[in-house]
Amino acid sequence: MEIRIYGPGCRNCVNLTKNAKKALEQTGVEAEIIKVEDMQDIIEAGIMTTPAIGIDGEVKIKGRVANVEEIIDLIKANN
Amino acid sequence: MINRFAELLVYNLMGLDSATRLGSSVHFFFYDTIKIIFLLSVMIFVISIIRSYFPPEKTKLLLSKRKKVTGNILASLLGVVTPFCSCSSVPIFIGFVESGIPLGITFSFLITSPIVNQVALVMLFSLFGWQIASIYLLSGILVGIIGGLVIGKLGLEDQVEEYVYQIQAGETKVEELSWEKRISYAKAQVTEIVSRVWKYVIIGIGIGAFIHGYAPADLLSQYAGADNPLAVIAAVGIGIPLYANVVGTIPIAQALIGKGVAIGTALSFMMATTALSIPAMIILRKVIKPKLLTVFVTVVGVSIIGVGYMFNFLVNII
Repeated sequence: MEIRIYGPGCRNCVNLTKNAKKALEQTGVEAEIIKVEDMQDIIEAGIMTTPAIGIDGEVKIKGRVANVEEIIDLIKANN
Repeated sequence: MINRFAELLVYNLMGLDSATRLGSSVHFFFYDTIKIIFLLSVMIFVISIIRSYFPPEKTKLLLSKRKKVTGNILASLLGVVTPFCSCSSVPIFIGFVESGIPLGITFSFLITSPIVNQVALVMLFSLFGWQIASIYLLSGILVGIIGGLVIGKLGLEDQVEEYVYQIQAGETKVEELSWEKRISYAKAQVTEIVSRVWKYVIIGIGIGAFIHGYAPADLLSQYAGADNPLAVIAAVGIGIPLYANVVGTIPIAQALIGKGVAIGTALSFMMATTALSIPAMIILRKVIKPKLLTVFVTVVGVSIIGVGYMFNFLVNII
């Protein structure tokens, strides 16, 4: 599994990354977390408000910091 | 109730005298801090629920169908309800321009959005009452409409960085939010915003309390009262570099008004701190060339000054 965190590196993106790591620990799923910080890449992914999180190439939640439970649900749904 | 609590705390528990400067300053400090933090939490929650219905994708779709003045009006209104933090202004700008929304309409949105800041509105409401808060809201929308119209008329499309036109924005689905998710989003917003701004609220109220108790009223009303024609311009000039303290400036402004500074002057000052901050300019510089950035600052600056004078004039009539 591949988790992408989109955002230019502001505080919200850092928090989202933390939540994603916690969600992975709790589910025990092996996944790679990739940070997408380049604005052009973020826009080409179709994102207008950061932070956003995507799993296996599909953007799932944008414009807010998803909490740990939500990310766990996403991981389970895609695993 | 909050007043009773503050009185109890300051006059009874701390043993300060309500007739002394120190006593009244400390009371003012506790009363305002508690009141604002409480109101902030409640109102950010409500505002966030409303905002969860207006994701930027929806705004983009609504605006891409408009071309004329109605577009500027709509953009400015949507600027009030569409949630975004300053780090998202670049993707929003590119997304709008890329989908064919005219530059002027894009700017109407980008100007109003930071001016009508939810935290600023809450503070205005709690410190000045709903009348001033509403007038601030309307003035912010007005500045966005005028600013966008002027920028649109100037035909500065070539002053947008070339790469903006080349980006192909991707398409994503807008997430369907359940009530449960809207509530958890609103709760997260309250925690995030309150934990970020509480220090500025306290610093601002602290300085405000000091002014309240100690600043000489004659001097301030002489220099920044309604009679000084240059006060509004000076207030905007001072407000631009003061971004970090946007929340803190409101209680200071309130205390200053209490000492005879004209309301329009204080409002212009607040708008300048939110709409024209140096960090926001640095972010915008990534997508627009210096000439357009200069036009943006000038147009918004002049509109804010205009609103300040209009306000001072209206208050004098009433």
